[in-house]
Formats: sequence, C-alpha cells, structure tokens
Amino acid sequence: MNNQFNLSKTPDGRVPEWLGYARANGTKGIRNHLLVVYTVKCAEFVAREIVRRSGSPDVELIGFDGCTDNQYAVRQIISLIRHPNVGAVLAVGLGCEYMQPEWLAKIAAEEGKPAEWFFIQDKGGTHPSVHCGLEWTRTALDLLKETPRVPMSFADLVIGGECGGSDYTSGLAGNVVAGRFFDRLIEQGGTAIFEEIVEAVGLDQYLESRAANEKVRQQLRYTYDKALAYCQHARQYSISPGNFAGGLSTIEEKSMGAVIKSGTKPIQGVLKVSERPAFPGLWLLDSTPDPYYMDFGITNPSDNEGLMDLTSCGAHIVFLVTGRGNVVGNAVAPCIKITGNADTYARMSGDMDFNAGTILEGSRSIEESASDLARLVGDVASGTPSKSEALGHHEFHIIYKYQEKEVLPCRECER
Amino acid sequence: MQRAFVISPKDNVATALDELQPGSVRLLGEAASLQSEAAVKIPRGHKLALRDIADGEKIIKYEVVIGQATTDIRAGEWVHLHNIRSIYDERSSHLDIHTGAPKDTKYE
Repeated sequence: MNNQFNLSKTPDGRVPEWLGYARANGTKGIRNHLLVVYTVKCAEFVAREIVRRSGSPDVELIGFDGCTDNQYAVRQIISLIRHPNVGAVLAVGLGCEYMQPEWLAKIAAEEGKPAEWFFIQDKGGTHPSVHCGLEWTRTALDLLKETPRVPMSFADLVIGGECGGSDYTSGLAGNVVAGRFFDRLIEQGGTAIFEEIVEAVGLDQYLESRAANEKVRQQLRYTYDKALAYCQHARQYSISPGNFAGGLSTIEEKSMGAVIKSGTKPIQGVLKVSERPAFPGLWLLDSTPDPYYMDFGITNPSDNEGLMDLTSCGAHIVFLVTGRGNVVGNAVAPCIKITGNADTYARMSGDMDFNAGTILEGSRSIEESASDLARLVGDVASGTPSKSEALGHHEFHIIYKYQEKEVLPCRECER
Repeated sequence: MQRAFVISPKDNVATALDELQPGSVRLLGEAASLQSEAAVKIPRGHKLALRDIADGEKIIKYEVVIGQATTDIRAGEWVHLHNIRSIYDERSSHLDIHTGAPKDTKYE
C-alpha cells in the first residue's frame, strides 16, 4: 500500500497504480468476492447460512425476494454476477420459483467464473443444502486465491455517486467535493456515474446544457420529463420534512445541491439500471421506473437500493454523500461515505469515511479536499477496507421495478 | 464573527453556517462579498436574503432558480417556507415553517 495517490500524476510522473483482479471476461476488479445468490425469499436463510458459516469476508450475499421473475430484477442479478469485483458465484434456489439458479450459474461460467447452483428441495432441506454450499464455497475460495493480479489506475475505475440524508452542507461541501473529484477522475480517463434524476427538478435546461451531443440532450430531456411526471403523478417530490427543517426550502434548492456532485464535465449518456457505460466519462443513471400498467416499483426507496443500482452499472466503488449521516455498506462495491457536515463526521466517525466539512471551516480548499478524497479512493481500490467493510456491512436491496432497457420518450408525459 | 456561505455572486441568498443573531455576518465562499447583515434570528443551514427581493421575484442560489418569493423580502431576512415557494411542488406552501411537517394531510 502506498500513499502516492493524487488527482494528478505523482511528482515522479507516474500515474497512480495498484494491483487489481483480472477477470477472464477482460474486466478488472478491486475485490475478489464469491457471490452467493438466492433466487427467492424462501431460499434466503440457506444462502445466508452458507455465507455466515464460510467465515470469509470475501463471501457476499445478494438475492431477490419475489417468486415471479421480474425482468428488471433478473437483469440486475445478472449484472452483479458479471461485476468485475465478483470472482465466483453460487446460486441457491428453493425449487419452485420462476428465477432459475441454473441459468444464473451458466452465465457466471460463460464469464469464466467458477460457478455452481442447486435447489434446496433436491438437496433435502436446510442441513444438506448448507453443507453442500459450504463444501463448494471452500473449493471456490481456493480457486479465487489463484486469480491473476493486474495493474489498475484511475483510468480503469468506475465510481458511482448518490446522496442520501441531505442537509444544508450536502450542496455546499459533500457533493461539491465529490463533483470536483469526478472532474479529476474523468480527466485521468476514468468513469463516473451519478444518479437521482428525481432530484434534478427545475434543472432540465442546466442538464441539457451539459449534454455531450444532441442524442444525449434528447436522452436527458426524456429522462427528466419522465422523472417530473413521476413526481407529479405521485404528488411527492424527493424532499422530506427533515430536509425542510434543516434549511432546504424547495425541491429545486435540494436538486441543485444534489446535481452538483456530477461535477462539470459533459454528460456522455443516460444509463438504465444494470447498463454498463459504453466508454469512460460522466454518465447519468436513470433509476426511475418507466410507466407501465402494473406501476411496478418506486424510485430510490432506500440508499441501499440506489447504491445497488450504481453497482449494477459496473461501479467498482460507490460514494454515499450524506449530511445527516448513514451507516450502510454494499455487498459488491465498497461504499465510501462522505459528509460535508463536520459535526456528523465527529458524531459518527466510526462509520463516515470522509469529512468534506473542512472546506466550510476553511481549513481545506475544494481542490485540496478532492485530492484527499482521491487518496482515500486509491487506498480503498488497493484493498484497504472502507469503514462499512471493516464493520461488516454487506447491504443489498433488489426490488420489483419496471424499466425499459432503452432511454425512450415518456409515454405518461404524452397523455 | 457569525458566518454565512455564498456560492455565486449572482445569488440573492446565502446559507447560514452558524445560528445567526441580528447583526453583522461574515460571508464565506469563493464568491463572498465580505459582509452582510442579519435582520432577524436565522437557524443554521437556513438562508439569509442578501438584498431586497420583491414579491414574485425568483430566488437564486447556485446561479439557478430555487423558488419564488410569495411576499416582499427585505435584505437580512430569513428566507424559507413562509416567504418563498417551489415552482413545481404544489405542497410547498403547506409545510410547517419550523419542522417542515406537511399541513395538507388529514390525520383522521
């Protein structure tokens, strides 16, 4: 581990590097996880027990609770199986659900990842299933130790950013520093994904002005119109009593404070959940459901869900910017929690990774603080656990939602 | 001295970094214009009018419109739910000024 990470090249001209994990599919990961996936809530206990009894911090759990195979959720599970931080996959099903563990294991194997699957009903219940899962997990963990290492730099990184529990510092410090870091990451050839289009109310022209080209401008327009229609339809904007009490007066004010985390670079396109950026640069993630007669799903039901959406777009690391504080982690991509509120940082220092409040106290400039954040990102990318990883947080949240794969004009808006 | 943060010289509001008492306020930020004056007590994290804002005028922060004045606001006043509203959110004028709690939902 070294501390040579910087936003620019190091003084001797080197681009900061660390050793990542080379995947057979050509991607590079910063963690070497064995992912245990359950395909219905009924299989969760067995899957969770395999993870717990493996005793390994590299074994992570994700799963989908529903018995019907919601297309959105299936896409998300598959994208997490293909994620560069994942090296091996065990899919655990009960035996009567729609989502097929065999097909998930097949996809993992096609990616060149050790993979196995079984049905709990076939194995004969809890005890034999956990035993079988543990046996395979031990073998797979040995295989993972042989994963080839490969040099990585900021140019290889995809970082996702969202905010939650915002207060007045989010738009003055936390998101400002995250945005400046994203600018520098992109200058080094890296990729940043920001989300929460429902928190861009009133900023349609601003967003359009940052589109890389006409096609992207149209994507941003479609996505904005849909998000606004969603909020009008629900008669609910993404702002809460706590936000008001903390000094934010309108959704427009909160929106600009949130969008500022995207920095200043041109937006290269809009991603749907589970879609990978086609090339480096800045991307907007649209996690809002598309209109559908079953009205499946809500947008941003929790920070965990938002972090999962960013992860499913290939983010190696996810930022959670929170003025009021949070404790969550993420099963697949290490979570770095940033606060612009020095009091929150002091009160929750066991959980918060980064204090951007220094720019309000005047002890660090925005650029210096972004440099500090870059060093932390370099450390976490090279293996140092983030606070949530060290504490054993492994949250995931995969929900029923309806989403088209393409960015399309909003049907609801045309009615 | 008590402080507030200005994001852009085009903004007509600043954000209180301390609980402001009536009196002088030091303005921080890359677009700070040195000093302002609070006319009333303003909670930390809330907004201070940097100049007189007329009824119906746009409230500007981050160089973007964050709402509209619903009454005349004098320089130094507290800018919040009682004197501005969202241009989009219809519930914006039905919120408790101190807690932000909605007053348009019936609990019956």
